[in-house]
Amino acid sequence: MIITVASGKGGTGKTMVATNLALSIEGAQYIDCDVEEPNGNLFLHAEIETRREAGVPMPVIDEERCTLCGDCAEACEFNALAVSKERVLLFSDLCHGCGVCSYVCPEPDVITERSRRLGEIEMGRAQTTKGGANGSEIAYTGAHLDVGALLVTPLIKEVKRTADPERTVILDAPPGTSCPVVETLRGSDYCLLVTEPTPFGLNDLQLAVAVVRELEIRFGVILNQSDSGDDQVSAHCRQEGIPVLLEIPFSRELAVAYSKGVAIAAQDASYRERFQRLFQAIQAEAGE
Amino acid sequence: MKEIVIISGKGGTGKTTLCAAFASLARDAVIADCDVDAADLHLLLAPRVLQEADFVGGRTPVIDSELCSECGDCQAWCRFDAIELDLDAGYIIDPFACEHCALCAYVCPEEAISMRSAVNGRWFISETAQGKLVHARLAPDEDNSGKLVTLVRREARRLAEETGAKWILNDGPPGVGCPVTAAITGVDLALIVTEPTLSGIHDMQRVEALCRHFQVPTLVCINKYDINPQNTRTIKDYCLDNQVPIIGEIPFSPAVRQALVARKSPVDFDCGAVTGIVERMWLEIEGTDRP
Repeated sequence: MIITVASGKGGTGKTMVATNLALSIEGAQYIDCDVEEPNGNLFLHAEIETRREAGVPMPVIDEERCTLCGDCAEACEFNALAVSKERVLLFSDLCHGCGVCSYVCPEPDVITERSRRLGEIEMGRAQTTKGGANGSEIAYTGAHLDVGALLVTPLIKEVKRTADPERTVILDAPPGTSCPVVETLRGSDYCLLVTEPTPFGLNDLQLAVAVVRELEIRFGVILNQSDSGDDQVSAHCRQEGIPVLLEIPFSRELAVAYSKGVAIAAQDASYRERFQRLFQAIQAEAGE
Repeated sequence: MKEIVIISGKGGTGKTTLCAAFASLARDAVIADCDVDAADLHLLLAPRVLQEADFVGGRTPVIDSELCSECGDCQAWCRFDAIELDLDAGYIIDPFACEHCALCAYVCPEEAISMRSAVNGRWFISETAQGKLVHARLAPDEDNSGKLVTLVRREARRLAEETGAKWILNDGPPGVGCPVTAAITGVDLALIVTEPTLSGIHDMQRVEALCRHFQVPTLVCINKYDINPQNTRTIKDYCLDNQVPIIGEIPFSPAVRQALVARKSPVDFDCGAVTGIVERMWLEIEGTDRP
């Protein structure tokens, strides 16, 4: 089963929920899909076993043989190519690696491809701490987008390929509602939307719900800092028939643990039980 | 005219709340919500929409099933696994996987695939009590958010020139990818709002590196600084080492959330010490405009 933890609004507690859930159940795999700002391993402390580069193909143009016909630049939907008097210029940050330019080039083998680095993927294992879910092991994958690189979705696709079908896979999504979130959500069995009881939390929850519904993925809500704002989110969920699977009241202890990179379920059995119950509720909701 | 962008790397550190406060304090600024993915600034500024338009970000392929011979070339060539064979409908495009590159339209021997302009969202110019607001809504699951950010900023600049506004205040998106880059390139000043958590520090360092990469002058403010004094120290050390001035340290206060629930910024609602600190931060930012 693949569970995505998403939110619309940033900073509502996605990573807190995803890491604590991974630590509370048996045989989980945690995959950090927030490749722009990956934070999961600040809480899991996985020992990294492998690291590799990830990239996308990018055209290489043989300047000697290029006739400067301009077909490639005209065909590129991303405006990544421009023809000057002497050569074809490539704006590599705009290139999606789609292969249109090499397809339309009338000269054989003038456009070839090489890989352009976007970032790094790391894999490893974390132990649930003493008293955790039977001390079982968590598989971890994360990725770091290089600072200055723009293409996020190919890196998310790459990290998702490491998903182990034998495990309960927990995907920690980036914030927002656009393509990186959709790329994370595709193929998920269930989605947890983490929000907070403020006008921002409600607005962004509604945006996220629209995306999850369009993808036809079952979902439920987690209300974080549930006692701190107003009751608009709860009222909205009741009205829409959206299940609220967990409410986490504000706790200074939880905030301080988070600030130090401590997943609260690793040290507090009562939180661990709550996340175990959350998992049971997800299984029931997802029909498994 | 000076353009300032508020960013954070990590989401939820207080970008929008601060932006709304600065909008109140600046009085005649043009305000631009560059978080087009999950725009929230309008919730605090109560805009009255003056004009709005569709955002056409790119083109999208459409398969004409009458012309399609089901040869499967499009599916074989697509690098994004965006074309599927449906038993009833024939070859169809998965809109969630499609990158809109048009390769399928080129390879189709029947010319059954055409590229059509696609509406990816909507953008607005509104009147608020704090000044003109340019904001937008990206359609769910759309890409091209960087392009929409660029459009919002262009309109904000045009308005600022027209009205002679002294400031453009951009509420930026989280992350360090395409929309953030679109939001920070060429601005006069970036303010990073961070918090003393390991995530906040990690993300602040990445977005600060991005600002350096684009040579954008940068300031930092630490929100909820008293949650973890040791981490606050780490942020200060990092800023000192990298010569990034810290212009404010805001204590944790439940009143800020009460202000948001009342749909007010912390300078329009009694947030105790926070109100004064935010006011002083704005004075400091205004000071950067003086010789």
